[in-house]
Amino acid sequence: MAEELPGTNVAAETAGGDACPAAGRPLLRIEGVAKTFGTFRAVDGVSLDIKAGEFFALLGPSGCGKTTLLRMLAGLEAPDEGRILLGGKDIAQALPHERPINMMFQNYALFPHLSVRDNIAFGLKRAGMPRADIATRVAEMVALVKLEGLEKRKPDQLSGGQRQRVALARALARRPQLLLLDEPLAALDKKLRENTQAELMELQRRLGMTFIIVTHDQEEAMTMASRIGVMKSGRLAQVASPRELYEAPRSRWIAEFVGDVNLFDGESKLRDGRRLVIGTPDAGALVVAEPREAVGTGKLAVAIRPEKVKLSRRGPVSEAGRETAINALDGVIADICYLGGTTTYKVKLDTGGMLQASVANSARLDVDAYSLNQQVVAWFTPDDCVVLQS
Amino acid sequence: MSSRRIFAKPARFAAIAPYVWMVLFFLVPFGFVLKISLSQTAIAQPPYEPVFDLTAGWDALKAAFAALSVDNFKLLVSDDIYVFAYVRSLTVALTATALLLLIGYPIAYGMARLPQRWQAVAMVLVIVPFWTSFLIRIYAWINILQHDGLLNQVLLALHLVSQPVVWLSTDTAMYIGIVYSYLPFMILPLYATLAKMEPVLEEAAADLGAPPWRVFWLVTFPLSLPGVGAGVLLCFIPIVGEFVIPDLLAGSNALMIGQTLWLEFFTNKDWPVASAAAIVLLVVLLVPLLLYERLQKRQLEQGR
Repeated sequence: MAEELPGTNVAAETAGGDACPAAGRPLLRIEGVAKTFGTFRAVDGVSLDIKAGEFFALLGPSGCGKTTLLRMLAGLEAPDEGRILLGGKDIAQALPHERPINMMFQNYALFPHLSVRDNIAFGLKRAGMPRADIATRVAEMVALVKLEGLEKRKPDQLSGGQRQRVALARALARRPQLLLLDEPLAALDKKLRENTQAELMELQRRLGMTFIIVTHDQEEAMTMASRIGVMKSGRLAQVASPRELYEAPRSRWIAEFVGDVNLFDGESKLRDGRRLVIGTPDAGALVVAEPREAVGTGKLAVAIRPEKVKLSRRGPVSEAGRETAINALDGVIADICYLGGTTTYKVKLDTGGMLQASVANSARLDVDAYSLNQQVVAWFTPDDCVVLQS
Repeated sequence: MSSRRIFAKPARFAAIAPYVWMVLFFLVPFGFVLKISLSQTAIAQPPYEPVFDLTAGWDALKAAFAALSVDNFKLLVSDDIYVFAYVRSLTVALTATALLLLIGYPIAYGMARLPQRWQAVAMVLVIVPFWTSFLIRIYAWINILQHDGLLNQVLLALHLVSQPVVWLSTDTAMYIGIVYSYLPFMILPLYATLAKMEPVLEEAAADLGAPPWRVFWLVTFPLSLPGVGAGVLLCFIPIVGEFVIPDLLAGSNALMIGQTLWLEFFTNKDWPVASAAAIVLLVVLLVPLLLYERLQKRQLEQGR
C-alpha cells in the first residue's frame, strides 16, 4: 500500500487541472435520461448526480439498462430524452471522440494489430500530444499498471490479467475527467479479481479520479464503490452507500438482490410506542422498529438478514436469551450449509415458515455447532428488522 | 503411440491426395506445355516438332532433345506485340482491381454492419448472379451497352445526352464487364474479415478520441488487410489472363495476353509460341502469388 509508484504526480495534475469542477457542483449530472430500442425501454428516465472523486457503481441484473446508461455517458449511444451535464456542459449529443471521458470496455477491446505501447499511445496521438510527451506518458502508464518489459508485445501475447492492465492504462492515459469501467473484472478468475479490486481502489484514490463502474456482481460493487446505484428495468431503484443499501434497502426487490435475506409477508397489527407489531402467517407476530419513512397500513414485508439471526438451544439455558429478544421463534434445524467462515442453518419454524441464520464459526472445534433436526430458538431484535412495502 | 494414431491410413491418404492431384492435373500438363513451348511450329499433326517418340529408340530421343530451343521465348521478348499485350494485361488488371476494391469495400462493409438476418439476404444477392451462365451475363451487357441499348435509351430519355453514346468496343465497356463479373470475388473475402471484426474495437477507437475517418484508417482498414489481400489477388490473377470479357466488350486495337494467346493458338495454329506465352504469363503471376504467401506466413507468425 505504502509503495511509492511513478505516476503519483498524475493525481496532482488531475486534481489541479480543469478536471476539478467548482466545489459543490457535481462533476456529472444525469437528468431524466431515457433510451428506447425498438419497443424496449432500456433506460427509463434516470437522474443522478456524481461528484468529482467518487467511485460509483451501477449495479443490476443483466438487461437492467446499466450498460446502456454507461454507453450513453461514453457517447456510444445517444439518449432519446434528457440531459447529460459534465462540468455544467450538456454533452448528451456529443460524439464519443469529443468527450473528455474514457471507457474501459468489457473484454477490453484492445487493438490486436497494435503493440501494448501503441495501444496505450493511441488516445494520446489522437489528442495531438508531442512525441516526446507521449513516450513519457506511456512509460508512466506502463509503470502504473506494472507492465514494464511488455511494451512491444501484441495483445494476444498477453495473459488475461495483463490485457486487463493494458486496457486500464489505455483508458487512463488521456487523464479523462471521468473513467467508465464496463464489467472490468468479469473475465478474471476469482483470486486475480480480488487483487485487482484492491488495486483499482488504490489507483482511484491515488489519482483522485472519478470512476463509474458497471457490474452485476453485488459483492464487487459493495467492495469497491463509495456509492451504489441499483438499477432495475431501466430505472434507478436506489442510490446509497453500500452499508445503507444492505441495511436499509428501499424495496423488497433490492433486499433480495443485494445479499441474502429472510422475508416474511404480513400486515401491520398495532403500534406500541416506537415499535410496530406485524402479523405474519409464516413467523407469527413480529415486533419491529418503526421505519424512518412512514409505511402504509396495507400489506408489508419484514426483512431480516441471516447474520442478524441468533440461534440458541431450547430449554432453561436459553430462557435468558428469550427475555432479551422480543422476537424469539421456535423451530428445528432443517438444513446445514457449512461455508468455512460461517455456517448457514435453515430453521423450520413451528409457525410454518423457513428462517435462515448465518452463524460465524468463531471456534475451530464444533462444540457450538447445531445438528440436523435439533430444536432451537431463533431470535433477533426489532432494530435488526427492516419493514418494506410489499 | 497416440500421436501416431493421428496418421492412420485414411488420414495419410487424405494428406497425400492433394499432392497426387497437383502432380496429375497441374505438373504433368505443365510439362507438356513447357515441352511444346521449346518446340518449333510445323505443318503436321501435332503442329510442332520435334515429337518425342519413345518407340523410335534412344538416338531419336536424343536428337529430339537437341532440337528443343528457347527461340519462342526470345520472340516474345523481341516482338512489341507480345510485350505490349503483357503490359496491357497488367495495366487492365491493376486498374480493374483498384476499381473493384473501391466499389467492393463499401459494399462489404455495409453488409458486415447489417443486422444478422439481413446479412444472409445480402449474401444471397451477391451470389445469385452465379446461377446464370457467365457468358449469358456478358451478352446481357452487350445488349445494355449497344447503340440502341438500355443504357443509351435511359440517357436519352433523361436528356442527359442528345445522341447515343458509343459504349461497346471501348475500354469503358470492358471495365464495366470486368468489375461486374469479379465483384463477388472482391466482396466475399472482404465481407468475411469485416464480419469477424468486433465492432467494439471501432467504439474503443472513437472513445479514445478518433473521429470516424481516423477510426476507419487506424483500426478498420488495417484489421481488414487479410481480406483486402485475398480479394485483390482473387481478382488480379484471373483478370490478367482474362480473355472473354475484353474479346466481347473491348475494341480490337489493343489486345490482352489472353486474346493474343487465343490468336496464336487457334488462328495462327502456332502452338509453340502460344505455349511460351502461357508459361511467361504463369511466371509473371507467380510473383504476386509468392508475395501473398509470404504476407500470410508473416501474419501467422505474428499470431494474426
